[in-house]
Amino acid sequence: MINSRPTSFNDPSCEAGKEIDMSLALPAPDMDRAITRISHEILERNSGSESITLLGIPTRGAHLAARLAAKIEAIEGRAVQCGTLDITLHRDDLRMRPPRALMPTTIPSMGVENRNIILVDDVLFSGRTIRAALDALGEIGRPASVQLAVLIDRGHRQLPIRADYVGKNLPTSLAQIIKVQFTELDGLDAVTLEDGAL
Amino acid sequence: MRHLLSIADLSSTQAIQILDTAEELSRVSDGPMKKLPTLRGRTIVNLFAEDSTRTRISFEAAAKRLSADVINFSAKGSSVSKGESLKDTAQTLQAMGADAVIIRHSASGAAQRLADSQWMTGSVINAGDGTHEHPSQALLDAFTIRKNLVHGGNDLTGIHVAIVGDIIHSRVARSNVLLLTKLGAHVTLVAPPTLLPTGVESWPVAISYDFDSVIGKVDVVMMLRIQLERMSELFFPNAREYSHYFGLNRDRLKMMKPTAIVMHPGPMNRGLEITADSADSARSVILQQVTNGVTVRMAILYLLLAGSQELGVQL
Repeated sequence: MINSRPTSFNDPSCEAGKEIDMSLALPAPDMDRAITRISHEILERNSGSESITLLGIPTRGAHLAARLAAKIEAIEGRAVQCGTLDITLHRDDLRMRPPRALMPTTIPSMGVENRNIILVDDVLFSGRTIRAALDALGEIGRPASVQLAVLIDRGHRQLPIRADYVGKNLPTSLAQIIKVQFTELDGLDAVTLEDGAL
Repeated sequence: MRHLLSIADLSSTQAIQILDTAEELSRVSDGPMKKLPTLRGRTIVNLFAEDSTRTRISFEAAAKRLSADVINFSAKGSSVSKGESLKDTAQTLQAMGADAVIIRHSASGAAQRLADSQWMTGSVINAGDGTHEHPSQALLDAFTIRKNLVHGGNDLTGIHVAIVGDIIHSRVARSNVLLLTKLGAHVTLVAPPTLLPTGVESWPVAISYDFDSVIGKVDVVMMLRIQLERMSELFFPNAREYSHYFGLNRDRLKMMKPTAIVMHPGPMNRGLEITADSADSARSVILQQVTNGVTVRMAILYLLLAGSQELGVQL
């Protein structure tokens, strides 16, 4: 039986019954794949997990670092050094806003001296957070190298900073708002892109 | 919130925010990061019109760890001893560009006067005004109690504190009663009737004249200094009798709960309100109070000065 009804990509009936959320930039399975890929890239670049220390920038960077650490541990079969680095006290925009609450800083047992530090954040935007993180790190010690892993790079850099590992490049306008959600905090894994008022 | 003038002005949420900020600051500044750039370029004046060791040095250390510039100004050796008024002093500091003034003064309300005036635009932090309040001391005491005795939970619910001694002259006691009860602690004042202020019945505390009946029940014994410099008349027959009834000594130390701690805001009159072996015992957290003083004051400076004041700061 030949049923040669032509289908078109533009035909809305093809999508009938499916809920497509246009603002969903990275659904949960893709988010997990990106984290898996970044883990492999980190291991490849650093020849294993022995020399690396992951430092997540609270709040969501810290959760992402914990996810990466779990993946790397599963791949390598050994514990990986993972901590958090709060950069609030090193921000350059402190005077432009009301005071912020401080978040925890926990440096893992081996410290930062001569380690390959991987800074982890959820979204790379102006680059100012990373500059502050580099300053904070400099106060603690002298790492062998500092690398940067982010889940989303949304562009609009204001400083000469780039990421070594990127989950997804997401070109945005300044008016748009990127929301990264983690199950631990928000009940689901997702990255969404919303149109905000500029 | 621009000023820290008294505990009475603080809500419990604000107080807990200060303690939580101090907690995070102690983790970074006692550990990996000794010096923080947060208040770089800000000028803080220590205006001490009354003697102090701990509080002045503590505020100075706190400001320096946050990279602020500190100017120390004490009444002795300055024009205040030539009779310069608080107004002229404040205007001079304003002209020099002070972002904050930390003031200690023998007159109750001096900090409030400075904050209410148009003499200067910076923040005012009360470091002790007469017999009124000493808010940063109460905050560091609450922080020390929380660190030692509270495991899980961010306030002091269920903690029983005895404040013992010269309540009437003590701004530390006033600030502590307000703060500790605000944070859910139960406070008992222990003193002879002559050393309790008029109207103490209306305070949210229990009162006892018998130290021995209280000491076994409390988690914290906070001893106060007998402030001889503020005593113009006799408040107790003699020092020996006072020590006997209200001093902390080896025998009373043994009556305390196994987990209970001993505190003293300093400076101590060893041998009067506290014996040397009690002050140096394992239960004593007196030196911890000094250490915590720096981090709590860093938290106060951070919350008052780091953010923008134009935006109507929410402490």
